[in-house]
Parts: sequence; C-alpha cells; structure tokens
Amino acid sequence: MYPPLPNPGTAPSAPKFGEKDLVRRSASTITPPAQRQQQVAKLIDVSKCIGCKACQSACQEWNDLREDIGHTDGTYNNPHDLTPASLTVMRFTEWDNPETGNLEWLIRKDGCMHCEDPGCLKACPAPGAIVQYSNGIVDFDHTKCIGCGYCVKGCPFNIPRVSKVDNKAYKCTLCSDRVAVGQGPACQKACPTQAIVFGPKDDMKKWADGRITDLKSRGFKNAGLYDPQGVGGTHVMYVLQHADKPEIYAGLPNNPRISPLVEAWKGVTKYAGLAVMGAVAAFGFVHHMIAGPNKVSSEDEANAQRLAGGES
Amino acid sequence: MNVELSRRQFVIGAGAGAAGTALGAFGFGEVEQAYATTIRPFKLASLKEARNTCPYCSVSCGMILYSKENPQTKKMDLVHIEGDVDHPVNRGTLCPKGAAALDFVHSKTRVLYPMHRKSGGDKFERVTWDFALDRIAKLIKEDRDANFMEKNKDGATVNRLTTTGLLGGCAASNESGWLTYKFARSLGIVQLDNQARI
Repeated sequence: MYPPLPNPGTAPSAPKFGEKDLVRRSASTITPPAQRQQQVAKLIDVSKCIGCKACQSACQEWNDLREDIGHTDGTYNNPHDLTPASLTVMRFTEWDNPETGNLEWLIRKDGCMHCEDPGCLKACPAPGAIVQYSNGIVDFDHTKCIGCGYCVKGCPFNIPRVSKVDNKAYKCTLCSDRVAVGQGPACQKACPTQAIVFGPKDDMKKWADGRITDLKSRGFKNAGLYDPQGVGGTHVMYVLQHADKPEIYAGLPNNPRISPLVEAWKGVTKYAGLAVMGAVAAFGFVHHMIAGPNKVSSEDEANAQRLAGGES
Repeated sequence: MNVELSRRQFVIGAGAGAAGTALGAFGFGEVEQAYATTIRPFKLASLKEARNTCPYCSVSCGMILYSKENPQTKKMDLVHIEGDVDHPVNRGTLCPKGAAALDFVHSKTRVLYPMHRKSGGDKFERVTWDFALDRIAKLIKEDRDANFMEKNKDGATVNRLTTTGLLGGCAASNESGWLTYKFARSLGIVQLDNQARI
C-alpha cells in the first residue's frame, strides 16, 4: 500500500504555490520562476481499478458540482461523457484479447492529463485564462475565460467542456486547492483500491515500475507506463496492461500531439502576423516623417463644396 | 444610441482600436496586472471537524465530517465529508456512496424522526420516540403471542418466531452487535441482519 497522506487540517494556512510559480500563462509572456516546485503526478493503475466511481463521487462532492440525472446508454459509462459538472468519468471497454481469448474489462478513469506541454494553454487566446504551475498543474481561471472553446480543439485528449450555462470551459484542476495545502486530489483519497496514487512524479514512476513488474509476472508482457512524450509527458499517468496499444482503452491516443493547426496558428502565423503589423507601423511612421500628413488642398475643398451643394 | 459618425471619424476610431490591440499583442498590455489566482481557497480552513462512521454498509468506514456555522440559523451545516486516514478499516478511502454521503445527509427524503402511518391512513406523521418504541414493543408482543412456535411438526423444540424480523444498524460496535443478536435471538427471531454478521 502506498502510504496515505495525513488527514487535512482545518487550521488556515498559506497555499504552497501560487502566481509566483507560473511557468506558462495563456496568450501572455511571463518569466518562469528560477526555482521549480517539486513536480507532482497522479498515477492511475488501470489494472487495479474496479470501476466503482468513488473518484467521480468524490470529485463532484469536493468541487461542489452535481450532475443532472441522465439516461443510461446501455453501458456502465455514467455520465456518457465528460461534462462541465463531471470533470472525471470512468470509461468502460470490453476487449476480447485475441492472444488469450479472455474477455478483459478495461476501465479507464478519463480526465485532464495535465500535460507538460499543454495544447489547451497554447490554443487559448484569453490572457491568463489557462495557467501552468511549476509543479505541473494546468489550471483554468474562469474569471478570464471567454468561452471560445479553443482549448477543446487544442487538447490532444479532448478533455475541456464548455458549459452551456455560463459559457466557460471546465476541466479537472488536479484539486489545485488541495495540492496547495499538501493534500492529494479528492479522487485519489477516495479510491478504495489505491488504483489512484498521488505524489512527486519521480516517486510515481518508481511506484509504477513495481506495478509493471508485477503485471509482467502475471502474464501481461506489454504492461507499461503511459506518460506520452508527444506532449512532453503528463502529470496524470496510467499503468496499462497493454501499453503497446493504448487505443483499446476507450480511445486513449497512442502518440498524442498538439494539433499542427494549433501549433501553426499560435506559433508561426502569430509571429508572422505580429511582424507584418510591426512593419506596417514602422512604414507608416517613416512615411509620415518623410511625406508628412496628407493635407486637403483648398481646390479639393472647393470641389467638394460644389458637389455637396449641387446635390442638396 | 444613434451617433453621427463621419467616415473620417470611423476610420480614426477603427485605426486606434487596431493599434491598441496590436500593442496588446506585442505584450505592452500588462493592463490587468492584478492576476486573480486560479487556486480556490482551501474550503476546509476554519471548519469544525467531527469523526463518524459511514452509515451505509457493515464495512463501517471512518469518516470526517466538516461543518460550518450557518449565520442565519446559528446551527452547524455539514459542508464536506471525506475518509479518515487514521481509521484502520478504510485508511481514508471511501466507496462512491460514502464519497457522496453529503447528499445523503442533506437529502430531502431523509427520515429525520420516527414516522407513523396509521392503519387506513395515506400519509406518514411524525410521532415521538416513546410512542414509536411502545408501539413496536406492543406489536412484537402481540405477534409473538400469536405466532411463536415452540415445537415444529415433528415435536422437536425450536422456540422460533418467524413472523418478525430485525434489521440492526451498520455503525454498531462489537458490543451493540452482540446485544442486538442476544435480544433478537431471545425472542426467537430468525430473520436477523446486523453488524455482527460480518
């Protein structure tokens, strides 16, 4: 058992990280702090998950969100998809293993992966609406969100959801308020099988290694850690029984990357546009200095008078 | 609003707007320097804690209940429940029902008092504990007097009461579980479920 963190205290305390620990801020340039906070990670062991949805309950309870009563779609997925009120969702897949002939029930807890290179943040046009802290947490600031939905397009995992009520985007915060006082996220604390563990990212990788060795000894020869490098690694990692084909886990992308369209639009195109704007401004200034303002001659004025007078 | 705007004024205005946004895009626009922090204040700070046992199943997980005083009613309102790490049964974890127990507590359909539906009545009415306990005792006594089975049809002594059942609480200690068991069995009750089952 991974040693649990002590119970949260109720004595008011200052958060352990904040604005000074921002490494990225959407649509703005900031100087990252010299010292990085210890990087944290949530490790989700799919092989230990029993699909009880305690994480979903705990998430809604902690974040004061409640999902509307919906309809069953004939599967265990409930709700069917992530919503602004369901920041995490269990996705159930029945997979027929062609090698062993076994029917495997793969249950993946879906939610924000907290990418090291976040596509949502890169796509976001609202200054400061999406921020990344030096411990790896990617968080949304709903007071700055303009509800454009670019983050949904920018996310390689299709996670953020725009609310129909207030038109702002919502996703898992990794319980930044809990992490700021030294606690783990609410889902991790509730998990009855410790399929979710939380701690420093290096420790989580070591813990995952132990699990992978165990899974391999049980015949899952392709067991491995899902920490995709296409997005610079993630701060939510999975232990998968079949790490060679993550797509069988309800479409977990094999090699997630930020859409080239977003990269181009927010990269080259943006700087090219700024260069053009700068050039135009410079040209205008130089032209003004050389040619001076465009004065209306008295002859033009007289012609205009005559035309206006003639028409009225 | 109907503003007289000449073509020249419109072009000047549009130009100024474009210049302003361009300046912002170049990073000169630290206008909104007052960053609102995205991290929510820790919501358990300064709340009152109480330890309790989960009311659902006989696993009896430890819970911590966090409550805050309601300024209007001057009563404590339960605002959050989470698992108790120091509890040996669950080490801080909870199942989906336990993790959502806050809504169980606040449920509009939760029974808060002994309720009684008179025979022939169509709704439950609030009664006192004394009334409820007396009524239960009387009904058990009547039922036992009428249906207690001392011997079965083969003449073997069985001393059983099969027409009354008892459902014990889940958060009971070993001792109260023992008492529940002894009480029910002494009446001859066969249908019994309580904490002492597991």
